[in-house]
Amino acid sequence: MKKHKRAKQPQVAFYNNPENRAIIYQLIALVLIFLVTYFVINNMFINIEKRGINTGFDFLGSEAGFGILQSLIEYDESDTHGKVFIVGLLNTILVSVIGIIFATIIGLLVGIGRLSKNFMVSKLSMIYVETFRNIPILLQILFWYNVVLASLPSPKQSITFFDSIFFNNRGLYIPRPILESGFTAVIIAFIIALISVIYLSKWASKKHDETGKEFPTFWVSLGILISAPLFVFLVSGSPATLEIAELKGFNFRGGWTLIPELLALAFALSIYTATYIAEAVRAGIEAVPKGQKEAASALGLKDHIILKKVILPQALRVIIPPVINQYLNLVKNSSLATAIGYPELVTIFSGTSLNQVGQAIEIILMTMAVYLTLSILISILMNYINSRMQIKER
Amino acid sequence: MATYEKVETRPAPLGTKGIIYWAKENLFSSILSSILTIISFYLMYVTIPPLLDWMIFDATWSGTKEEITKEGARWIFIFEKFNQFIYGFYPEELYWRPNLALFIFVVYVIIFKKINNVKMKAFILISFPIITFTLVSGGLGLEHVETEKWGGLLLTIIVASVGIIASFPIGILFALGRQSNMPIIKTLSVIYIEFIRGVPLITLLFMSSVILPLFFPEGMDFDKLLRALIGITLFQAAYIAEVVRGGLQAIPRGQYEAADALGLTYWKAMGLIILPQALKISIPNIVGSFISLFKDTTLILIIGLFDILAMVTLTNSDTDWLGFETEGYVFVTMIYWLICFSMSKYAKSIEDKFNTDHK
Repeated sequence: MKKHKRAKQPQVAFYNNPENRAIIYQLIALVLIFLVTYFVINNMFINIEKRGINTGFDFLGSEAGFGILQSLIEYDESDTHGKVFIVGLLNTILVSVIGIIFATIIGLLVGIGRLSKNFMVSKLSMIYVETFRNIPILLQILFWYNVVLASLPSPKQSITFFDSIFFNNRGLYIPRPILESGFTAVIIAFIIALISVIYLSKWASKKHDETGKEFPTFWVSLGILISAPLFVFLVSGSPATLEIAELKGFNFRGGWTLIPELLALAFALSIYTATYIAEAVRAGIEAVPKGQKEAASALGLKDHIILKKVILPQALRVIIPPVINQYLNLVKNSSLATAIGYPELVTIFSGTSLNQVGQAIEIILMTMAVYLTLSILISILMNYINSRMQIKER
Repeated sequence: MATYEKVETRPAPLGTKGIIYWAKENLFSSILSSILTIISFYLMYVTIPPLLDWMIFDATWSGTKEEITKEGARWIFIFEKFNQFIYGFYPEELYWRPNLALFIFVVYVIIFKKINNVKMKAFILISFPIITFTLVSGGLGLEHVETEKWGGLLLTIIVASVGIIASFPIGILFALGRQSNMPIIKTLSVIYIEFIRGVPLITLLFMSSVILPLFFPEGMDFDKLLRALIGITLFQAAYIAEVVRGGLQAIPRGQYEAADALGLTYWKAMGLIILPQALKISIPNIVGSFISLFKDTTLILIIGLFDILAMVTLTNSDTDWLGFETEGYVFVTMIYWLICFSMSKYAKSIEDKFNTDHK
């Protein structure tokens, strides 16, 4: 008869111990990464030397020598590549901000529209989302630019609104406000109004907590914010005038010009991103359980209070993260401007500057660093919002 | 003693059926709703009839360029350039090769569902890329066709499918790496994924087309298409990794523990227990990611490859056929829309199949 031996503590070979194994695997991974990096960088230096490419960031101080279609700051051909970088970055930010504002507005409307009880509204919203979401963004940009905007009339036959806004194949011309010295008072009035509104809302919410009475904070704040600066503006004798674009020769002069590249890009980005925002809004509202709404109506709350105090706070928690993600996508997609020549970061810095200087590595790494910084900033923001929006469970 | 009065019965509701009741409920339930309905109908009235006129009733469907008299779309341009839109500059007498590859693909898809033998499935998965590559590129006695000649929808599909197939295993590895207990592996995976997801695809394509050749010793020349494929695969792998990670996180802890308790090794536990479940629940998101990639393949035109979108500009530079951009863009739009829409409907149907929630 066999004797049952008591199980001994198993003798594990050194290389079979999971902890040791983990260390070995990681060391191997590190060594491999190191070897690959060494191989790559070594080759890179050899190749750079052979091709006679400069290294370092000195090129940022050298003269660019090319003009830029549109710039938010003073720029001319004798400026440096460093300034080209700044101009491009500002143009990226410009188109992103315009795109984000319009995408949010359209997305919100369409997202709510898809849940509408109105048959036509919900179906049209659905058609909008399904159409534009399934067409590549680059194709949309090219279409608006090459087909729609190119078929607009010439400056002489501009489409005109209110005798002051002109729309033609050279772009959109809008009046530009010219601020005079007295305008500072208006700005100060606005800041004072803003501060008083903040205090007002604090007071109102305190009053609500204590007495349960609602104060129409939103409308009162809006009134203060608009009326105070307007009052100062009128009293100080309207210290601003509008400069309207005028047709001189073959083109318009003066006013603000939105070039067709900017229009096509901003339009396509807004339309495309809005479809994703609409889906996020819809998913967020649908994610609130039906019982929440029913419970709120059972308590006798009015419809708009239910929306404001019960549905939206819960829906926003689901809506905000994907929407911020879409903002980030919009910023990244703005780099497609290079296909139509809108002068943003990738077009003029990774495009024109790179062709002139030839220092691909530095330039592309700088461009990537810009977008990486933006994504890191946005993900920090997102984590902050997420932690604020979490349900505080007791 | 309480007295009760008889209350008159309320009139029976008007019918709850029929088109008038439906319209009242769904189109004119309130003033706002009625206004919106009227605006919607007006919008449709303004857009749809002119669009239909342009696309169908006023369109030129046949004849030659000189005979065009109508105002609408001139589809004869698409018919004339159809082969270029689909095959690019691929030699005309060799069109049968990509066609055959497509046919084999369809046959494989049909028989793939029917067979249960794992080895057969593996054979199909491995043999398909080889067969396709040989057919399209040449070799084994077939005439060689350089990648510069690949173009149109053919190139779009090649880039998309290589991106999808090659990124999948890499993406899974990075997803596992990010979930790993080993700090160095985890950090490396996180850095890779977040770096790629943080930059636009176009900068990655620039990097792979301009910087990548500098990384290798001289004489090791990469084909332009191969460089684009590397960029797209690296890009897509990071997105797949995040999608698969979502699936991995959804698997209950007990599954991991049960696999460990059975004494399975890491790879067996992952391959037999965890991944099959994780991949199954992430299928809708994986398909979604494939749709994004399919749309993103258009970006290769910026680095000088001629996919179907680039063909619009290219066919319009033919001096005999100038000014047909609109028809070209509309045609390409319809192709992309059809493919993307059917893929997303497919993803939705799978999602609904797995969705066992009560709504």
